[in-house]
Amino acid sequence: MSDDHDDSPIAARVRELEAVLEEKGLLDSAELDRALEAFAHKATPANGFRIVARAWVDEEFKARLLDDANSALPAIGLSMGGGLQVQRLRVVENTEKVHNVIVCTLCSCYPIALLGPSPTWYKSPAYRSKVVSHPREVLKQFGFELPDDTEIQVWDANAETRYMVLPRRPEGTEGLSEEELASKVTRNGLIGTAAV
Amino acid sequence: MPRINDVGGMDGFGPVVEELDEPAFHADWEAHVFAMNRALIGRGVYNLDEFRDAVERTMSHESSYYENWFRAIQTLLEEKGHV
Repeated sequence: MSDDHDDSPIAARVRELEAVLEEKGLLDSAELDRALEAFAHKATPANGFRIVARAWVDEEFKARLLDDANSALPAIGLSMGGGLQVQRLRVVENTEKVHNVIVCTLCSCYPIALLGPSPTWYKSPAYRSKVVSHPREVLKQFGFELPDDTEIQVWDANAETRYMVLPRRPEGTEGLSEEELASKVTRNGLIGTAAV
Repeated sequence: MPRINDVGGMDGFGPVVEELDEPAFHADWEAHVFAMNRALIGRGVYNLDEFRDAVERTMSHESSYYENWFRAIQTLLEEKGHV
C-alpha cells in the first residue's frame, strides 16, 4: 500500500468519516486494520497460480475443479469463504479451439476473496463495455492476439457466480515442478487477457 | 431503463489502459473504504444489496472506483440517519 495520496481531499474525507463512525460505535479502527491485514494475507493472485499449476499436473483435481471448483479448492488449502458471502466459483478451461475471457459488465464481480482485488482496468467502463462486443480488439490492447479460428467465450460474472480462467499449459514445461509452473501464470492469464 | 453502470456493448469509453505491477490498493484511503464497507455490512448497518444499489444510483464514470464506493457509503449512512 502506498501513502502517496494521503494528503488528498478524499483521503481526509475518508479519515473524517471513519472517525465519526468510530465515535458513534459503528466502526472500530483497530478491527479495520486487522481485517485489512488478514485480507491482504489471504486473498492474492498467487492462490490462482497455485490452482492452475495443480490442475496442470493432476487430472483428477482438474476434473473436479472444472466440475465444482468450490469443492476442489480445499484439497490445496483454499476456499471461496472469507468474503461477505460465499460465491460459486466457476473455472473455465482454455483449449486449442476455445479461449475464455471474464468480465463483469454491470460492476466489478470477481473472485476477490480468493484472488484479492481485481486490477483497475477490469473495473473500467472501457473494458466492461468493449470486451463483450469486440473481445479480439480488447485482447489486442493487451498485446495478445489469438488465431482467427480460435473461438472466444466471454463470461459475465454476477453476484452469485465468479469466474476464473484455466490457461493452457505452455509448451516446453514438461520438466517443471508445480511451484515453477505456478510462477508461469499471471493475473491477466486468470482473467483471459493473456495466454498464461 | 438500464442504469449508468450497465455498460455492456456500449461504445465511447476509449481504450483499455493497463497499469503494470498494479498494487491491490493505490492508497491507504482506498483500502480503508474497502474495509469500512465490509465492516459496516458485517455489522448490519446496511446490506450488500443496498450497497450495490447505492453504487449504481450514485456512481459517476468521472469518479474512480473507490470514490464511487465512498459516495455510496456516505449516501447510505445519510439516508439511514447515521451521519
